[in-house]
Formats: sequence, structure tokens, C-alpha cells
Amino acid sequence: MTPKNTATDYTDNTDQIPSPEPGARSPLRGMSPPIDIKAVRARLAQPGGPQVWSSLEAVAETPEFKDYLHREFPSNASEWLDPVGRRSFLKLMSASMALAGVTACTVQPTELIVPYVRQPEEEIPGKPLFFATAMTLGGVATGVLVESHEGRPTKIEGNPDHPASQGATDLYAQGSVLTLYDPDRSQTITQLGEIRPWNAVIAAVRGGLSAQSGSKGAGLRILTETVSSPTLAAQIQQVLALQPNAKWIQWEPMPRDNARAGARAAFGQYLEPLYDLTKADVILSLDADFLASEGAATLRYSRQFASRRRVEESADNLNRLYVVESNHTVTGGRADNRLPIKSSQIEAFARAVAAQVGVAGSTGTAPAGTAAFVDAVAKDLVAHRGRVAVMAGDAQPPAVHVLAHAMNAALGPPTLARTPASSGEVSPERPPAAAADGVVTYVPTPEAVPSEQHAALRELVDDINGGRVQMLVIIGESNPVFSAPADLKFAEAMSKVSLRVHSGLFFDETATQSHWHVPAAHYLEAWSDARTIDGTVSIVQPLIQPLYGGKSAHEVIATLSDRPERNGYDVVREFWSAQPQGSTDAAVFEKTWRKWLHDGLIVGSAFTPVTPAVAGDAASRTTAAQAADGVEVNFRRDPTIYDGRFANNGWLQELPKPMTKLTWDNAALMAPATAEALHLENGDMIEVEHEGRKLVVPAWILPGHAKDSITIPVGYGRTRAGRLGTGTGFDTYTLRGSTSPWFGAAKITKTGDDYDLVGTQDHWSIEGRNIVRSATLEDFKAKPAFAKEMEHGVKLDKRISLYADKAYRGDQWGMAIDMNACTGCMSCVIACVAENNIPVVGKVQVGKNREMHWLRIDRYFAGNLDTPDTYFQPMPCQQCENAPCEVVCPVSATVHSDEGLNDMVYNRCVGTRYCSNNCPWKVRRFNFLLFQDWNTPQFKLQRNPDVTVRSRGIMEKCTYCVQRINAARIQAKREDRGIRDGEIVTACQAVCPTEAIVFGNINDPNSKVAKLKSSPRNYTMLEDLNTRPRTTYLAAVRNPNPGLPHNAMVGGHHETTESHDQPGGEH
Amino acid sequence: MSQVFPKKANAWSKASLLAIVFVLLSLGWVILTIQRSDFVTSANQFVEQPVQFSHQHHAGGIGIDCRYCHTSVEVSPSAGIPPTKTCINCHSQIWSTSSYLEPVRASFRDDKPLNWVRVHDLPDFVYFNHSIHVTKGVGCETCHGRVDRMPLMMQTSSLQMEWCLDCHRDPSRYVRPLDQITTMGYQPAVAQSEIGPRLVKEYKIAGVEHMTSCSVCHR
Repeated sequence: MTPKNTATDYTDNTDQIPSPEPGARSPLRGMSPPIDIKAVRARLAQPGGPQVWSSLEAVAETPEFKDYLHREFPSNASEWLDPVGRRSFLKLMSASMALAGVTACTVQPTELIVPYVRQPEEEIPGKPLFFATAMTLGGVATGVLVESHEGRPTKIEGNPDHPASQGATDLYAQGSVLTLYDPDRSQTITQLGEIRPWNAVIAAVRGGLSAQSGSKGAGLRILTETVSSPTLAAQIQQVLALQPNAKWIQWEPMPRDNARAGARAAFGQYLEPLYDLTKADVILSLDADFLASEGAATLRYSRQFASRRRVEESADNLNRLYVVESNHTVTGGRADNRLPIKSSQIEAFARAVAAQVGVAGSTGTAPAGTAAFVDAVAKDLVAHRGRVAVMAGDAQPPAVHVLAHAMNAALGPPTLARTPASSGEVSPERPPAAAADGVVTYVPTPEAVPSEQHAALRELVDDINGGRVQMLVIIGESNPVFSAPADLKFAEAMSKVSLRVHSGLFFDETATQSHWHVPAAHYLEAWSDARTIDGTVSIVQPLIQPLYGGKSAHEVIATLSDRPERNGYDVVREFWSAQPQGSTDAAVFEKTWRKWLHDGLIVGSAFTPVTPAVAGDAASRTTAAQAADGVEVNFRRDPTIYDGRFANNGWLQELPKPMTKLTWDNAALMAPATAEALHLENGDMIEVEHEGRKLVVPAWILPGHAKDSITIPVGYGRTRAGRLGTGTGFDTYTLRGSTSPWFGAAKITKTGDDYDLVGTQDHWSIEGRNIVRSATLEDFKAKPAFAKEMEHGVKLDKRISLYADKAYRGDQWGMAIDMNACTGCMSCVIACVAENNIPVVGKVQVGKNREMHWLRIDRYFAGNLDTPDTYFQPMPCQQCENAPCEVVCPVSATVHSDEGLNDMVYNRCVGTRYCSNNCPWKVRRFNFLLFQDWNTPQFKLQRNPDVTVRSRGIMEKCTYCVQRINAARIQAKREDRGIRDGEIVTACQAVCPTEAIVFGNINDPNSKVAKLKSSPRNYTMLEDLNTRPRTTYLAAVRNPNPGLPHNAMVGGHHETTESHDQPGGEH
Repeated sequence: MSQVFPKKANAWSKASLLAIVFVLLSLGWVILTIQRSDFVTSANQFVEQPVQFSHQHHAGGIGIDCRYCHTSVEVSPSAGIPPTKTCINCHSQIWSTSSYLEPVRASFRDDKPLNWVRVHDLPDFVYFNHSIHVTKGVGCETCHGRVDRMPLMMQTSSLQMEWCLDCHRDPSRYVRPLDQITTMGYQPAVAQSEIGPRLVKEYKIAGVEHMTSCSVCHR
């Protein structure tokens, strides 16, 4: 195995690092000896050792880490390391000097103004419009509002009225706008590589169908993603009515089969549990990453969870979260008590808890070493009967879901009425959520026809191999050739079908195996509809004409029906006019339709919750799985590129993954103990053998991961993703089988090679100064102002300054970030990228610490190496009043505004980087190269016209979204009033599902931000520097079970062995 | 060996020292003058347009209000360039067969927009907002000059930052009553030095500290 060193980059100046000899340490990894995990462990255990740490390297104090720590940019970020000689450098520089001199004298290039011919009524040039629509992922819709500048969708915001969004969005919705403009999307209909017109597709499909007319469609198969669109489902049912022997298969690469099978075993039907976490005092997550990656309710659950983490009103509001999991997820990071065990042991754990909380028929002993945890959890659950939620993860077998349902029933409110399950049909008359007095209610699944997808796909492959399939129509982004379980050998089977039609956004792996490829319309380009988690339907409306002539799923399915040429708008509208909510009266329906489009949802279309009885013997019916001995491999969705469909999305690829902070790659995540046993360090290649299949993948040590278990995210290793996605990472699907799609036994061997994994966990390090502050609930009750007492450095009664005190007049902007609410989901970082035209720099540049994200989320571990606590700290510009950056700028490119903003003036900046060198928070970013893509026309359409697009050699940083401040200020002044509290919402604040970020006028004592800043939990980071930041933090309060061991954070001053005060700057 | 330099070389050397200073100063003056000249700022130059639209005729002669065409000037950063439809409102009735207006009719007929050449072109890192200026008493004429006397549109101001700051530092010298915003050739009824400060107060125009903060215009 030769290590891959390829990296994909938007810029032309990708400085490719020459491939090292196999086995040699590659340049990105530095030259230090491997980390001694034993020593790290010992150092963490010793009194006075680091309490909060960002990585093993930080604890071990490797030379690379010290380089990150002592300098704003590490040594290899600033230097010209390209293989360009001094002479050619001088030649280029003198040429550019000459050109710079000449160009400075020219007048600006001629610009054209192109007005409308007939201006749309509501369009005001220069003012964005917002349209409500919905994005579907995994078959579940999230309601969004899309910002449109003169017809160009530029930014996605959440729809506050939508039950799944509640005003927030996840990172996929933020990234989806870049996919819309992706120049690598397929742009033409092709048949075996030749460009063909749309009517040729229709002719081919009709030809294929007429060959099936004798057998009533026996040879026709339709393969879609999980479909929650009532219209599309009805269309497919119509096709199936015409071709009764045809079959429809839904395939999502990481399907929720276990949840479905579990519900069927418990209730006799497919139901979806819907939790109201605002009512839950105790939450037990059985491998359920409900705050980040599982299901479309993550935003809703995050909001509800965070509402129970606010202690300002009452300290008793705090809930308690137990997480039992193998991987270390975002949800695990927020746990009050977390138990890392192998995925296969979780069933035994669940059984033991169920037995103790009184689930009939459940017996079982806790896995070795977890008895105390089981006891504590069970006692806590019973003590809070009626106010508990037990959640099972998608990866867990059906038995665990059954146990979770049984525990919820056993621990539910005793008065809960048992009503028969309804059919779940749309019925606007019935008021929703009448039965919702318990924490958990059940609703029909959002997908129109729930199914167990692995079985369906296996049946399809069997049918093809049996010669029973002549025509296969694949619609959507599920990309089965890439994502199907390896044991099914889907690609091989697919080639036996005589007519293969594929429609998708990209000419992907599945398209290469198809005869016909039809470019699909993006959700921002097409009419459709979709259901969300509670059944609410949203009409999906397009924001722009298809950029590349894409066809929506409705239009492609229509070709199979008796009316082959229909546009999506007619299909969706006709369907809804025939529904009970619609109307056959055109005028009445037009009014209703417009209201639906305006609201972004059909009011009253939510399912009526049902409270079905759990079958009495359900918990005992499922067979207890035997926990596997030895090492176990887990397959999970990737936290940023999902199941691989976002592989070509630069924003999502470059977004550091919430826990590992890796970018542009996947890796085998493992516990330090596992790495120690196998003598592995970060980036060492390992060969993973699972069910006879092998995959070579780099290792990455993730503190808190379960021992003897590795987790490999899927979605990487694409071969036909596009310029960015192709060739990044390792294809985990080649390892994953259909019998154990989530975890199974594995054998790991070290290959001896290594690989450059690029993570940002040590970038911009500020270590050992009590920047993260936390207390347990008991400590908080005893000492509410604990955070202020944890102040680092010299305590002065009154801060003195050489500069005159800032006069607080008018609006003074500030921000408060609640570390008790933040789940580290990274949505804010990508929202900032989308709002502020932040460029993608590519893997090699990230490796040099040149990433451009204005906002980062520092992830810190606290406590011991094996079961650490996790803290997430969003870090935007602190907007200091005595800003150290301002006084050192020789050209006054960074100066203070009268509203307290630390303005960055790009047109003045000459790139000395003195400011970043002087920034204690390391929040300034420098354009070392021309990172922004100035040429691709599609990307020009995406950019926010209210934010300058920066060029090379310019410093930039968080502006508190000054464009939004200005827009609100101008609006207020025009209306001759003050700016209202909450009128300005920064991009990071708008997207935050937990409302952790609050921005506003700190000079107004009634503003939300001022109130938060007066909280006893409020603290200023590095207060002893007396720079008086406008961004402050609310310390975390954790609520661990006092009966279980937990990592206590001791207040006081901590220093690493070496002094921080040594000069280490670049200048 | 005789002396290399004659005695009068002393005078020459002193004179040349002065000359160097003079030349450097002149050079500085030349550069600054060029920098502010119309050559660099593009001011006072007529710009060819696809249709030779005359503001002199429409705004000055006929007396059409600015806002008939520039509809969004009071609500949006952009004053708005009228859609072809606005031209056709009148020109479907008058001069409807003029060959001069064929590009306009062609645009309307073929649904192809007219491509006007931008006259007032600020750098892309400057975010000027029309709506706030006209709401706070800055007349069209103050920046755009006597548009009613321009047969072809041209830029009369330098649009350089010192020109912006000239007003941002002391708007009282330029503001006018709100009912006179679109007036061309406005003369204050009382002295500007008297009415200006009063209007600044009345409009609640922010102080110089705010008006010269970088992020007010640059972001």
C-alpha cells in the first residue's frame, strides 16, 4: 500500500507534497517520535496535570503542538514551501511588482447594469427575498427559508414555524446550497456517454415498458431513496397499479431498518417514537446520537435538550443524560454520565436496565464492569418515572429498540390512556398531539411506505441474478453501486439488467453502470413535497430554474405512468388539489396553495400521535445477541459528508468533524487503549478484516471511544464524486455487509504504512489557562459564581489601562455563548462559511494550518484518557475593547467602530500579519494564497453580495456579521426608531439548534445578551489580559450522577511544564 | 594637476540639491493630481450607452420625478435601474416608431434585457446604500450633480473616499429638507449654515464618530 498524498483543492496552486517512501514519516506529520500513551495517561493522572486538553499531542507536549501553541500560525504556515526556486520566485515577484504598478493607474473595468425587462412585483433590487421550502434527507423533511438575491439562492435559514426546524438548520442544509451550484453536477442527459434529448429518454422508457406489457411489469423495478413525499409515493403507486407485477424498492445507504423492525416487534406496526425532551428529567441514550446524526428530529431534540440545560431560572431544571455508546459522538460528548462499551454489549446492558426498571420478561446480566452503571441508571429512571426518555440508536439491533419502547412504556406516566393506533392518514380536522402528556408519543413513520430496506435490496439483487428483472429505474442520491452492502455485489448484478435508467445530481458510480443518465433537479430547483418527523407536510418550491436542465423525481417517474410528459409543478399541484386539505375549486385552492407555500408547511397535516401498547412479551421474544469477543468494527454515517452524497461539497469536506476535528478524510476511530495494545498512532495504516473482506484505512485515536472497538465512518473513497470528492478517504462500504450492517467482529493488523490525516484539533491552541470552566450541579448550587473564581493569572480588583475607558453610548454589540447549551454540532461554522463567503482551502492547506473558518469550535477533553468529559467552545472573534490587534497594525486596517466592533478593513490591509500575531484568541485568518475561486461562474452566483470577497494577502476575521447589523440599523433609522433586541441575528446564532449563541446590545440592560452576561455563570476568557472582550461565555454545569465516578474540574491555575510567557511569535 | 571642479561647481551643487527637493515635491504633486484627476476617477466623462437616454430631456425637460424610474431608491441599497417595461409605459404611445428607440422595443419584444453601462461605479468593497441617504436628507443632486442638464449621464463627483468623508464628517453642509430630495438646482431658503445643523438634529444623523467608522461602509 502506497500512502496516498493526493489532496484536492479549489486553487490552482495546490502545493502537492511529494510522496514519501513507503513507511517513511510524511512531511505533514512532523518528525517527532510516536506519542507514548502510557506517559500521557500518567501525566493526566498526576495531581496538577492538565485538566482540559485538546488532544494526546497536547498532553504529551509534542514539538508540533508547542509550535501551534506558541505561534499564531505554526512554522510551516508562513513559509514558502513550494518547490519553486528562489530565481523563479524573484522573477514572478518582479513581474507582479511591475504589473501591480501598472494596474494601479488604470481606471476600473467597465461594468454593465442589466435590469429586468419586466420586473417581478415583489422583487426589489438589492433586497433579498426569503422563500419557504423544505430539504429532505433520509426521507425526512426539514423546513427552511431560503435567502434569494435577485433570484439566486445564497443562504439557507431554518423555518421557525416548522416542527423539525424550529428556526435552526443542520450542517447539511447549510451545505446544500453549495451543491446546487456545484460545477461538477451532471449537466446533460446521456445514453452510454452520448448526449441525448429528454424525449429520447421518454421513448426509451416507453420502449422498455411496452416490452413489459405482457408480464404486467414483472421485469420492472424502481429503486428510490426513502420517499416521504406523498405525491411521489402516489405517483409510484399509480405506476404499480398499471404494472401490478413491478416492484418498488427504497434504499438509503444507512437505512433505519433496526428502528423499523423494533417498532414492528413491539407494536405490530411501523411507528416512529417522538420524544418531548422538555419533559424528560432523565434521558438514557442507547447508542442514539439524537443530537447530531440520527433522524431529522436532531434539531428539535437539540432545542428541547438545551431548554433543560439552562440553570438561570432554577437549578432543578437541569436534566441528566446517560449515554451508552461505542463511538464517541456529539451526544456522548454532552452526556452527564457516559459509558463507552462495545456496540454488541449494549443489548445486554439494555436488558439489565430493563430488568431492573420492571419490564416484563426482560432478564439479563450487565456486561462485565457495567453493573454499577446499570444500577445507577435504573435507580435514576425509576426515581423519575413519568419523566424519562429511553432512546435507541439506529445501529442497535431491533431487540434494543423493543427494550427502549418497553422501558418507555414501563416508565411512562401511569395515567397514560391507551388508544388504538390510527391509520395515520392525513386528516386536518383532528388536532395534533392531544395525547402528548407523556415524554414519548408515537406517530406513523414519515415515509409513505415504510420498509426494511436491506431485505428489499437483497431481494432485488436476487431477482436480478435470477433473470427476473429487465428494467431498472434508479432515482435519487442513494447511489447503490457505491453504497450497497459489499456482499450483495450490486454493481455486478446490476450489469445483468437490460435497461438501466439512472437519475441523480451527479454522474456518480451508479450512473456509470447505467445505460441512461438523467441529471436530477436539486431541491432548490424543483417542485415536490415531503413529510417531516411528526408527519407535517411541506411543499418544496424551487428558488431557481434548473441550472443544468435537471429533472425532478416526479418528472422521471411520470415517464413510467400513462401521462409521461408532465412537469413537477402540475404533478404536485394536482395531487394536493385532490386531497382533503385542497380544493377542486381553482380559486379556493389557489389561495390555500399560496398559504402553504408562504408558511412552508401545511398546517394541521401532522399525524395524530398514538400511544400503542407494547406487546406484553415483546421484550422476551427477541433473542439476546451474544456479545462478540475480540475487536469489533462499527459503521456509521460520516458527521459531515453523511453517507457519501455530500462528498463533493467543499464546505462539508473541510468542516472539521465534531469530535475528531478531522477534515477531508475518514479514519478508523479507536480508543487510546486499543491503539496502545496494537502499537498504533494517528495515521498508521491498519488492515481491517470483517466477514472475509478487507479494508486498509488509517487509524485515529479518539479518547472516550470504547475499547476493542473501532468506528469507520462511511461515504469516503468515492470514485465518481467530482473534483473534490473523488479519491478522498477510504471506501468503508467495501467492508460493510448486509447481515451486520452496523457492527461486527473484525481483525486488525498494522500494515506499517502511514497516511496524512489532517485534523484541526491542535490548531489555534490556547492551552492551560482555564478557558473552559465547568462545575457539577452540586458545586454550582454551592457556588454559582464558580466560573469567575476560576480566573487564570493575576487577579486585579480594578483593571487599569493606558487607553481611555470606552464610553458606552448607543448600541454596543456583544455576544454570550452558553457552553451548557452548545452541542458542538458545527452548524454555526458552516453557516458562517455560507454567510461570509469564506473560501475552501483544501486538505494540504488545512494541514498547514491555513484553514479560513472565521468561527471554530474548540473541542476539549477533560479528565482521564479513557472516559473523558467533552466540552465544546465556539470561538469567534472576541471583539475586544482594548484590542491587541488594533494597536499593532501599521496601516490602520483594523480599527474600532463606535459600536464596539473591531472592524477589519480589507482594502487597507497589506498583510503584515502583526494583528494575528498579537491576537491571544488566534481568531484571525490570513489568505496566504488566492483561496477564493474567482473564476467558476456558478460560485459567483452563490456568494453573499453583502460581503466583500477577499483576495490573496488579506487578513480577515469574524465581523459579528456586520452586514446584518448594518441592514438592521439602516432599516431602524429609516423607520426612525432604535434597533429592537433580537432584530439582528448573526449567521451562527440563526442556525444554532440549541440557541447557545446570543447576540445583542450589551448597553441595553433589558436585552437578552445583557441578561445572560449578568448571569453568575458568565465569564470572560483570558480576563487577566485586560483586553475586555465583547464575547463572553457561560460556564458549563454538568449533572453527573453522584453515585458514579466522574471527572471533577478543579478550579485554579494550571500551567504546562513550560512557561507560556516565552516569546514565540513570528516577528 | 588642476582641480577637477571649477569654483562655480559649488553653486551648481547647491542648486541641484534644491532642484532635487523641487523635483521630488513636484513629482508628489503630479502623482496626487493625477490620482484625483478625472482620468483616474472617470468623472466628467460621457459614457456611451446602448440607448442614448437623455436625463436632460426626461428629468429636466419633461420633469419626470427621479423615483418614477428609480423606484427602489427609498427602500433599498440600490436605487434601481428601470426595467424595459417602464420605458414602454410611455414609448408604446409616443415615439413608438422611432428608430432611435428600437433597442428598447427589441428588448421588450424579445424579453432580452438592455445592457446599460454603469456610470457610478464604486469599488466592490464599498457598500453604499441609497435608501438611508435619501431618508436622511441627502438630495440626488448632491452626489449625482445636475442630472437635468445631462444629455448623457456622467459622473460629476470623484466618488473617492475623501469625497464621501467630506460629507460624512459634516453632513450639515449638504443636507436638505426631505421634500426637496429630488429637486434639481435646490437653493436653501435660509442659509445652509443655519438650516443644515437644524436638519442634522431633526434627522437624528449620527455623530462623526459613527459616520466615519469603517464598517459603516466597508464590510
